[in-house]
Amino acid sequence: MHTTHKEKNNVPGSIQIEDGPRFEGYFFGRRLGTQEHMTGEVVFNTGMVGYPETLTDPSYRGQILVFTYPLIGNYGVPMTDSDEGVSRYLESNAVHVRGVIVCDYSFEHSHYAAVESLDAWLRAHGVPGLYGVDTRALTKHLRERGTCQGMMVNTPARTRKSVVSPPVSEGSFFVDEVSVAAPVRYERGKKTVVLVDCGAKHNIIRSLLVRNLTVIRIPWDYDFSRERYDGIVVSNGPGDPTQCEKTIQHVRRALGDDKPIFGICLGNQILALAAGASTYKLPYGHRGQNQPCIEAGTNRCVITSQNHGYAVDESTLPRTWKVWYRNLNDNTNEGIRHTTKPFMSVQFHPEATPGPTDSNALFDTFTQLL
Amino acid sequence: MPHTVLILGSGALKIGQAGEFDYSGSQAIKALKEEGIRTVLINPNIATIQTSEDLADEVYFLPVTPEYVTRVIEKERPDGLLLSFGGQTALNCGIALETSGVLAQYGVNVLGTPVATIEDTEDRKRFVDRLNEIGATSPISIATTSVGAARKAAAKIGYPVMIRVAFALGGRGSGICKTEAELIKRCHEAFSTSRQVLVEEWLGGWKEVEYEVVRDAYDNCVTVCNMENFDPLGIHTGESIVVAPSQTLTNDEYHMLREIAIRVVRHLGVIGECNIQYALDPHSNEYRIIEVNARLSRSSALASKATGYPLAFVAAKLALGYPLHEVKNLITQKTFACFEPALDYVVVKFPRWDLKKFKLVDPRIGSEMKSVGEVMGIGRTFEEALQKAVRMVDIGAEGVTEHPFTYDDLEAALNAPTDTRLFAVATALASDWSVDRIHTYTTIDRWFLHKLARIVACKETLRRGGARLTKTALHNAKKLGFSDRQIATLTGSTEAKIRTKRRSHQITPFVKQIDTLAGEFPAQTNYLYTTYHATEHDVAPSGTGVFTLGSGTYRIGSSVEFDWCAVNAAQTAKKLGHTTLMLNCNPETVSTDYDTCDRLYFDEISLERVLDIVAFEEPNGVIVSVGGQTANNLATGLAKEGVYLYGTSAEMIDQAENRHLFSKLLDSIEVDQPPWKELTNVHEAKRFAKAVQYPVLVRPSYVLSGAAMNVARNARELDEYLKLAIDVSREHPVVITKFIENSKEIEIDAVAKDGKILIYAISEHVENAGVHSGDATSVLPPMRLYLETVHRIKKISAKIAESLNITGPFNIQFLAYRNHVQVIECNLRASRSFPFCSKVFKHNMIDLAARAMLGAELPQIDKRALDIDHVGVKAPQFSFSRLKGADPISGVEMASTGEVGCLGSNLHDAFLKALQSTGFTVPKKNIYFSADRIEDRVAFLESAHKLVKLGYALHTDEHMLPLLREKKIRARQLVLHDVPEHELTRQSIDLVITIAVPNGKASHADSFRIRRAAVDLEIPLVTNVQIAILLVESLAYTAKHEPEIRAWSEY
Repeated sequence: MHTTHKEKNNVPGSIQIEDGPRFEGYFFGRRLGTQEHMTGEVVFNTGMVGYPETLTDPSYRGQILVFTYPLIGNYGVPMTDSDEGVSRYLESNAVHVRGVIVCDYSFEHSHYAAVESLDAWLRAHGVPGLYGVDTRALTKHLRERGTCQGMMVNTPARTRKSVVSPPVSEGSFFVDEVSVAAPVRYERGKKTVVLVDCGAKHNIIRSLLVRNLTVIRIPWDYDFSRERYDGIVVSNGPGDPTQCEKTIQHVRRALGDDKPIFGICLGNQILALAAGASTYKLPYGHRGQNQPCIEAGTNRCVITSQNHGYAVDESTLPRTWKVWYRNLNDNTNEGIRHTTKPFMSVQFHPEATPGPTDSNALFDTFTQLL
Repeated sequence: MPHTVLILGSGALKIGQAGEFDYSGSQAIKALKEEGIRTVLINPNIATIQTSEDLADEVYFLPVTPEYVTRVIEKERPDGLLLSFGGQTALNCGIALETSGVLAQYGVNVLGTPVATIEDTEDRKRFVDRLNEIGATSPISIATTSVGAARKAAAKIGYPVMIRVAFALGGRGSGICKTEAELIKRCHEAFSTSRQVLVEEWLGGWKEVEYEVVRDAYDNCVTVCNMENFDPLGIHTGESIVVAPSQTLTNDEYHMLREIAIRVVRHLGVIGECNIQYALDPHSNEYRIIEVNARLSRSSALASKATGYPLAFVAAKLALGYPLHEVKNLITQKTFACFEPALDYVVVKFPRWDLKKFKLVDPRIGSEMKSVGEVMGIGRTFEEALQKAVRMVDIGAEGVTEHPFTYDDLEAALNAPTDTRLFAVATALASDWSVDRIHTYTTIDRWFLHKLARIVACKETLRRGGARLTKTALHNAKKLGFSDRQIATLTGSTEAKIRTKRRSHQITPFVKQIDTLAGEFPAQTNYLYTTYHATEHDVAPSGTGVFTLGSGTYRIGSSVEFDWCAVNAAQTAKKLGHTTLMLNCNPETVSTDYDTCDRLYFDEISLERVLDIVAFEEPNGVIVSVGGQTANNLATGLAKEGVYLYGTSAEMIDQAENRHLFSKLLDSIEVDQPPWKELTNVHEAKRFAKAVQYPVLVRPSYVLSGAAMNVARNARELDEYLKLAIDVSREHPVVITKFIENSKEIEIDAVAKDGKILIYAISEHVENAGVHSGDATSVLPPMRLYLETVHRIKKISAKIAESLNITGPFNIQFLAYRNHVQVIECNLRASRSFPFCSKVFKHNMIDLAARAMLGAELPQIDKRALDIDHVGVKAPQFSFSRLKGADPISGVEMASTGEVGCLGSNLHDAFLKALQSTGFTVPKKNIYFSADRIEDRVAFLESAHKLVKLGYALHTDEHMLPLLREKKIRARQLVLHDVPEHELTRQSIDLVITIAVPNGKASHADSFRIRRAAVDLEIPLVTNVQIAILLVESLAYTAKHEPEIRAWSEY
């Protein structure tokens, strides 16, 4: 008979939301022991494909991620090899989330490119997952309450009531954890760009390399003013942009030059902060692959991949800057550009992976400016 | 902005083109009306919502052909035309009008996707060229215009090859050829309908994936949904189990195909909606574009219901020139149409086949469509959604594992796909076949097979546990989509006991919303489904309201007409101030549109689910009488559980449905009926048949469309048919009645309140009794009935209405022989002909029925309003050309897939328009006639004479020829040997009349071959003598008169 032995020894677990409800499920990936727990900011993502890419996105550092799409694990996990430290198929060389919450984990996967199951991969990376959770109810809770902390625990039925609310861990600085340790140079064509790595998704690196650009990937706080380069890319990354003070300083100095600057996600916020604008925390962020953005003053729309919890406050933009893109759903800022100089940034992810490739051409736009 | 827009509908429901175009056309009309644009609709499908009085400004019940549409354009002078909302029929008609210059002549602009783009997608060669321009790959394909060229092309590509026919709807004529002999045979057929045939590389085992794309005039493009077929390439997507979104595609694959879709749509210049189908190699990222449909399609209807994104409405707005980001998302009311829905559930579409209804049809499925409808199951897991869908499709399967199908040769059943292959897979898994082994035979992706294995494993657990069913096991089974009845069967219990147990453990489903954005923003959506993978409801119970049950899957005998009934009942309830709730599971319907009801449950129409929803919502009551037989069958079960039913009581419904009880009732009120007998044993049945004299009619109770209903002419046939009848209706008695030949069949559709009739419509069938009412051509008001017969029918109906204390809609069928009237059937629900009668009389009978059932004040019916000067003719639409090998003949079991209704000032005008609406073309010169029986030959003699006088050349067989000679009617003998196709083609026959023995089992092999040849060659075919006679009268009429072009409002 066809067994479902993989689920036979179901280990029940749950996630306790700070000052909120508890959601029950069963473990996959790393099974937490009875004395163990895992805490983090709980966020949800509405993408329907690309869980390996999402889980390796450094911007999720420190977070417990809820997938609203209920069927996860279907096609396993591909090879995790990398070239020159750049992952071939994924967005970094580590699983950055602290925990994964899904509705229906697919214990059997099927894909020619799969080398292992999501379960085994998460276990190898020590990341716990919970399945069997009413992720829609959890998502609605997060939406209504705003992003909050959560704690994943192993909960034998009898002791469930005794678990206390999770400790609040605001104030952690994750960029430092996910940035490259020392500068790395990827030699390609004549033009050179500095990539300020605040937790860059590897497809940003691949997108630059494929355009034959030599890339100097530097740590988030590295002073690049002595480097020889033709342009700057400020990457995505986790958390509150105001914590990246050094990056902001360095970028502010670069605004004095005329070399092209392209910011992505956190890079958009850093560019705005460097220009003198301010940022704020969104109630529950944008995380998904279906976010519509419109290029200000045009009828051109793009569907974008997003992952951010903070946004640029447009009203604080200096006069020399203008809004480039806006989110069609909630009108928040999705990009800014300088009125005369080649400085521009977007809040969404033109490198996609996961998500739609509509805005991929922005890399071409940037390359042509160099 | 245009002033007047003409919208072309899709006509009758047929295989490959069904109810989805009622949904899309209705949404388009709403979108235009919102802009203050005057709308004119041409659609002979009188049972649709889009032809309702409150939608389009003018409705023409006319054939969607270039000739008729031109006449309407002359009259209405529209400045805009919508082609993409009426399926292939509208598209082909539009192309013809553009090509002939009619559109330019009258200054009519095609809105949305330009005709040139449509042609790019329809002409395979142009299509491939266009794709090549942007480096998008399509299968290696060689366009050929002769059988010889096709042979050469196939040799070059290498067998097996795929054959495709240009300009064919639903992939008609397409197929796989493994050998040259197969190729030659197929090409001969294909070239009879198309000048172009494509020979293509065969991509067996590749994944089949579809994307629905919308693009506005500003080049903004989004993909609303993608879908993956459970069945790999080779099976038409309309024949496949389909899941949305895709399940086995990685991010790279999903977005590679999405990006190509957008690139293609932009390059082709589509404005509005578009569907693109891919083949994807399961072992690499190689893909091929299979086809692009630059119009709304079945898939787009499915995508619309799967995501909640109103594709047709948006497409209409885009056709008017709106940018995507200015069209509101009607589900959220907060966001705009420029986004891609995120799903937090999974849907499974399951096709409904009715192959058993057709004699001799090939049960294998493939690249041509044979299914007649579909359902969509929604769940939070694949297993839950799939098992729901399997039950929704209503084929006797209670789930993936509990089904009535058996397989002698499992390997063969897995190898050659049929309508029941899913169950063969389940059977193989239950017999311990490995997933890999099954994959080898089926090439179905292992992910799907593993999911089925989980269902099978759960079944085993339940079976082994038996009566010791634990709370956990029960809950697990519910999460995997097992029904209470399925669990009962496996654990030796009853549905009611499992329900009680489940409730005592508080295992009940939760209600979730479909909001297009996976809960990211609050949405005011009313689109709901139930799931066991949840811990909270998304909505609070209504605590009030009128809960209407829809009709479920379209199938032979139950289609768009019941959707019209359900929607109209709900609308009336809304007008009367009630909160309205709707339950349906058919993505092709208007009843499942976001704006039909206050709450829509897209879920199973089963006792279990209705009770679940009633327990949660606590509505005031349920309407079971407007959703056809499926809904009506729940009456007794619901009443037993204390659910309040609006209208006629469940007890009375049972009285009418149970043939035994009903016959007894008729006896007691002294209403005549054919002699009948309830079956107790075969011996007794035979004795009865002998006593009343053959032929006799065998009928099971509680079935729709005459399933397993048959006329037995001798003891041997009686034996066979009894067995069939017992098979379909085990729980209910089988009744045998005397079958009276050559009698007329008459129907009454009526609405009553407390046993008193409020309104009625009497219609007569053109065909004599013996043809199922759904296959019959009916005329309203009757033109050829004795006044006395009409009086009797009214009297009998009043008696029945009173004794069953009817409140609501009902239908009675009668036999009349001379002036003698007998009752044969009574349904205490809306019948198939309610929309037809309502529209011919311009009195909405469902509105009245709903008012009666809900106890509202009733409008006064002016009896004179029913005394009309025009006549309506309803004609059946058959889909025999889709059903290879099937005998194209109608009998007591229904075989038509749809119907049309046309109006005219006289019978002949209306009849001919109705016939033309079903694809009939007026013959030019050569007519072939033959009949199996002497009486039919004699009956046709006068008509034969008329035909010759009209200038037609008559061809006939050796039996008819002497009769014609005797009457000095000119005719030629045509010898149709083994392959009648050749001679029919050579003689340019453009109408074939072969009168078969009604319900004759041993109908001539010869006449079958002729009928089949006519269908395969697309020559109009008539098989009934009364129709043949009326047709000849109509041809004589039309020779002297132009067809009447009048809008509905002008009658």
